[in-house]
Amino acid sequence: MADRLRPLLRWEAGLILLLIGTIVYGNNASQYFLTSGNVFFILLNVGEVAIMALPLTLIVVTGEIDLSVGAILGLSGVVMGELFMHGHGLWWSMAGALAVGAVAGAFNGLLITRLGLPSLAVTIGTLTLYRGIAQGILPTATIQVSKPPYSDIGVIPIRGTQIPWSFAFFAVLAVIFGVVLHATPLGRRIFAIGAGQEAARFAGIRVRRVKFWLYVLSGLLSGFCGILFTLRFSSARYDSGIGLELFVVTIVLLGGVSIFGGRGTIIGVVLAVLVLGCLQTAMTQALISPQEQNIVIGALLILSVVVPNLPGIYGRARLRWRSIMARRHASEAAEA
Amino acid sequence: MSVRAESAHVSIDGRGRSHALAEALFRFRELGIVLALVIVVTVTAIHNTNFVSKTSLQQLLSGAAIIAILAIGETIVIITRNVDLSIGSILGISAYAVGVTFENHPHVWIPWVFVIGLAVGLAFGVVNGLIVTLFRVPSLVVTLGTLYIIRGIDGRWAGGHQVGASALPDRFTNIGYGTVLGVPYLGIAAIAAVAVATYAMRSFRTARDFYAIGSNPDAARLAGIPVERRVFLAFALSGAIAGVAGAFWLSLYGSVDAIAGQGYEFQVIAAVVVGGVAIFGGSGTVLGAALGALLLNTIDSALIVLNVSSAWSSAIAGALLLAAIAFDRLLSARIAPALRTRRSTRG
Repeated sequence: MADRLRPLLRWEAGLILLLIGTIVYGNNASQYFLTSGNVFFILLNVGEVAIMALPLTLIVVTGEIDLSVGAILGLSGVVMGELFMHGHGLWWSMAGALAVGAVAGAFNGLLITRLGLPSLAVTIGTLTLYRGIAQGILPTATIQVSKPPYSDIGVIPIRGTQIPWSFAFFAVLAVIFGVVLHATPLGRRIFAIGAGQEAARFAGIRVRRVKFWLYVLSGLLSGFCGILFTLRFSSARYDSGIGLELFVVTIVLLGGVSIFGGRGTIIGVVLAVLVLGCLQTAMTQALISPQEQNIVIGALLILSVVVPNLPGIYGRARLRWRSIMARRHASEAAEA
Repeated sequence: MSVRAESAHVSIDGRGRSHALAEALFRFRELGIVLALVIVVTVTAIHNTNFVSKTSLQQLLSGAAIIAILAIGETIVIITRNVDLSIGSILGISAYAVGVTFENHPHVWIPWVFVIGLAVGLAFGVVNGLIVTLFRVPSLVVTLGTLYIIRGIDGRWAGGHQVGASALPDRFTNIGYGTVLGVPYLGIAAIAAVAVATYAMRSFRTARDFYAIGSNPDAARLAGIPVERRVFLAFALSGAIAGVAGAFWLSLYGSVDAIAGQGYEFQVIAAVVVGGVAIFGGSGTVLGAALGALLLNTIDSALIVLNVSSAWSSAIAGALLLAAIAFDRLLSARIAPALRTRRSTRG
């Protein structure tokens, strides 16, 4: 057991080092980096992507992917804005956004589990579809959504602290997800599905049902993030959260979740959230433009899948080198 | 070999009812797209006869040509059971490279800028291919990363700068606007490219390897196919093609900044999948993908004529993509038993 845990521990130790490095970098970039007001902004910026990373973690552990989370965020924000604009109360508008998110997630889940379609293709399709529907409903306009004091949860911290509401939601959800994934039968089933779908099915696990509800959950929480995003900017636009899938996928894979399924921890994902949050704010304070920040985030994404594979590459290279040397020795011997 | 419906026409040699069935279904797919095209054009033309006017059709063909050219590279990559999400960014940066070349050397020989576009695209395609094959990591993650990395490099390079139409010589923009016998140059270039690619994908051994890898990578490796080298080649080709497409894109649109070609990857993947290329790899044709591009662009133009907001075009592309993969799945579920019977009676 200790042997099997060791690589994971090493990965998370690496993340802690990376986090420390990022904080040092941020501290160099700005003397205000570690002030309480700045910590609020760090956590605020990363709140939505952090929440969306949790259900995606479970989905990736089962060996699937969901690229449509950013699009669901945008669509549910637009629906919330439309409902609010047409005189429905803020609470009804939020309920509408959640419902849209859940339905969008269920649609993903149906296509993937009932028709057996590959999740990559399905969620590339629904990414285009959901964003397209949002654009169709609200092509160019921006809807103002603001109704203090409720709508303030997007921009003010919890009273008496410097913790934004979105990050508090994330913290609570992270504990729940951690317990479910690592300490319940459902969590074991999710790992079992990722380790081997056929075997899991023969062990009596309802693979399709588990996956379906994971997609519903992912959609629901993406809808929830649509609400938070809309409140944070007090406005709904069709392109809200465009490209966020990069950040969400990066958090999950940087957190040590295997893209091939079957491996991953919530604590790793939480660390990755902190790394990405600090890094993003530090780069902004170092006056690096958002597009250039994407170079770093993209590189981090690729590195987080490349690094776990390095030992295998070293092994293959050594094997190859040995066979070359052996052949050379053999030919030298033949010549002699 | 591959037993998927769409490639059945090449892998099945002989007689029998199941062969006829497979053949019919294969033809059905490409004929189906042509039929859908005819329906869209007819309905729209009845609504507004201007839709089939010369200029309208020329614009339609030019726009579709860019997507069709990009679709050739994406088809090759998807056939090997990979995906390339970075082509929109590659198109953008190579279009910008061509634009900057014209700014600095206004009298540059035109073919050179295509070589520059190709070289820029090839370089990024090689990077994609190297990361995917050397480190054996999923192309989805790699190209999602390079999608943003390349766009970021483009942004850093271009800043807020835009290369305007005034910097581009007429000889170059003529490629985007000119016509021969009423057919735009871009349309001719796309048709020629699709014809060459179709021939190559049918005849060359290397191209047949792509299909074998996509059908079953492990079997392909056991059969002695250099899988890594072929997958690398697929990404390099896809990058190079996107680079050339960048030069064509600039000739059509006449100005370029740091966001050129953003989101093209989804349009192209939609076109490829609607055109019958299986997202699981192993089957599909370049011709089908090009027809898919034409269909999606025609629908886009039809929306404008039918007074439906063009804002819905991306939703329709997504819906068609989903319909296409669902259709393929149902089709292969139907056809698999027929093919199994064929194999068992023969072997």
